[in-house]
Amino acid sequence: MSEREKILTRVREALKAPAHFPGAHGNVALPISATSASAGARKWLPKVGETFAEQLALFQANAAELKAELQLLASRDELRAALAQMASDGNWKRIATHQGELTNFACADLGLPFCRTGGGYDVHEMEGCDAGITECDALIAQTGSVLVTSRSAGGRALSVLPPHHVVIARREQLVADLPAAFLLLQKNYAPDFPSMISFITGPSRTGDIERILVLGAHGPKKLTIFCI
Amino acid sequence: MSTFATEFLKQARVMTADLRHRQIIRTALTNYEVVRDKRKGAFQSWESARQAAAETKWEAVNHLDKYLVEFVSKLEARGTKVHWASTGAQASEIILQIVRDKQARSVIKSKSMTSEEVHLNDALEKAGLEVVESDLGEFIMQLRDEPPYHIVFPSMHLTRGEIKELFQRELGDAPSDDPQELTMVARRALRKKYLTADIGFTGANFAIAETGMISITENEGNARLTAALPKTMVSLLGIEKVLPRLEDLALFLPMLATAGTGQALTCYNTMYGGPRQPGECDGPEEFHVILLDNHRTELLADAEQRDALHCIRCGACLNACPIFRNVGGHTYATTYSGPIGSVITPHLRGLQDWKHLSNASSLCGGCTEACPVKIDLHHHLLHNRRNAAKEKPAFFERLAYQIFGFVANRPTLWAIGKKIGRFGQPLQNLVNGSAFDPAKAWTQTRDLPPLAKESFKDWWRNRK
Repeated sequence: MSEREKILTRVREALKAPAHFPGAHGNVALPISATSASAGARKWLPKVGETFAEQLALFQANAAELKAELQLLASRDELRAALAQMASDGNWKRIATHQGELTNFACADLGLPFCRTGGGYDVHEMEGCDAGITECDALIAQTGSVLVTSRSAGGRALSVLPPHHVVIARREQLVADLPAAFLLLQKNYAPDFPSMISFITGPSRTGDIERILVLGAHGPKKLTIFCI
Repeated sequence: MSTFATEFLKQARVMTADLRHRQIIRTALTNYEVVRDKRKGAFQSWESARQAAAETKWEAVNHLDKYLVEFVSKLEARGTKVHWASTGAQASEIILQIVRDKQARSVIKSKSMTSEEVHLNDALEKAGLEVVESDLGEFIMQLRDEPPYHIVFPSMHLTRGEIKELFQRELGDAPSDDPQELTMVARRALRKKYLTADIGFTGANFAIAETGMISITENEGNARLTAALPKTMVSLLGIEKVLPRLEDLALFLPMLATAGTGQALTCYNTMYGGPRQPGECDGPEEFHVILLDNHRTELLADAEQRDALHCIRCGACLNACPIFRNVGGHTYATTYSGPIGSVITPHLRGLQDWKHLSNASSLCGGCTEACPVKIDLHHHLLHNRRNAAKEKPAFFERLAYQIFGFVANRPTLWAIGKKIGRFGQPLQNLVNGSAFDPAKAWTQTRDLPPLAKESFKDWWRNRK
């Protein structure tokens, strides 16, 4: 018998005795409903307003608390200008990015050499870049998170390896809460999900030394979200 | 008493008297409590969320065979190699085999308590590999050659001064004791390792059956890099990590963050469903997932304590526990410390050797209240005590209770006993707390209150 069969046999043997239902103190097994217990999560998770304006305000407040920079831009031209400003303020020498409608547009005029993911790239080159510029799948108002996948944001490394992660998002990508974000993933990708899906909530951080917050532990020290 | 129990008592005595240690832990956990309570308060209903989380885990654990099979078939369908290990030694051997196949020389690790459980670092180092822990706290503990102090905050008992000295000694790089600068020292030291390591090793917080993904929760980005750059990725997880559906994460990710660190969501919550897929530009060529039993099925067979397998390793029960806060994480000498460690270690490593941990409890119930998935922790400590006594009764304890029962059931004997007690107590005062004191286990550290001059029963009879 393989280890797989041995373990599954032990599991099945163990489960012959029913266990009491949570909160039922010794009363044995209530049948669980076919629908997921966590399906009602929205009712219990932190509250999110219903209108777009409320959700945007919440996202802004969360981003500020997380020490992520959020710039709301009125047009695509403003996006180009804002990115150019950031490149000159940050004295960028080289950037990393991926093929994408928004990234291509935003980076076209920067005049900086870039490392573009797609058909393979040199990680050492990416490591030497000043910023990683990506698109995303969604912004989540409830938590101030950016949802990226290996497909939407140029692979696995681009959003964590360079010291500054710049996300370019459209306003209509803002969703209310985590349940909505998971629904969106199902709708857009199931069953062929990207091999990596990541909720990025603020720049990389640690509290491992005396529980004091330090930004930029291993991932980006700065996270900027341009929302057009 | 087992040697483990003797050692525990010895260490506990030393640590409880160490006021500096207690101060460090208290400061760290007070800060945690403030932010955690704020985050709990932001939930519309934390209590309903706990109940839903408990029910979801109950569903997963009580249909574990079904969900494991689903998880594995989904993973394999997308090119992941899945391995099963009944014991820790088997898990290490599987990883060593991967190392040999890949002719690997170095492994970069992100935080994994399961790898601590199977002593993976020892096995890999013995085989001549360079193993580097990338989580800052774990990196610090690896440099100190010590196990993690806490399952979520591995180095919480150290001051910045101690960490500075450690970095100075081990890395020759510590410009100051500023946490910011110390973190940057670790960042610089580890950057090169991500780029050159042959194998990236991770644990997992959840295994999603519906879509065949593992989910990793972290703050630093070290797991993201570990899963992005090396050519081979290996993840080790206990079989109980399963959740039925992808959407369950909408509840579990914020609850884990709230209970674990007092964050609304940790910085990176990442799901991995396979190696690099066609059309993707990076990621490992091979992805191995190892499912570990290591006595979990024995705990599963104990229907009364099965809910201990609901644990999502947030550490909230450790933080709430007055015993943990005073004796510290290392005193337990187990992989999992605090209340959850006291409950499961007897199942993982033997009841008679580890039953003393179930007595290291004030039964205040703080752990049960703190648990985001409602594990009945403090009752399980009582269950362990009962099971241990049933399996191997303590002769003198049983005798004492038999005598007590005999006397308490006979009012005349009881009345005589009370009288003797009251006259005998002054004699006890002469030896109070000394080696000759029969009540010394109590009186060494506490007062023995005097017996009342008049019992309630006498007072009742004589009132008027």
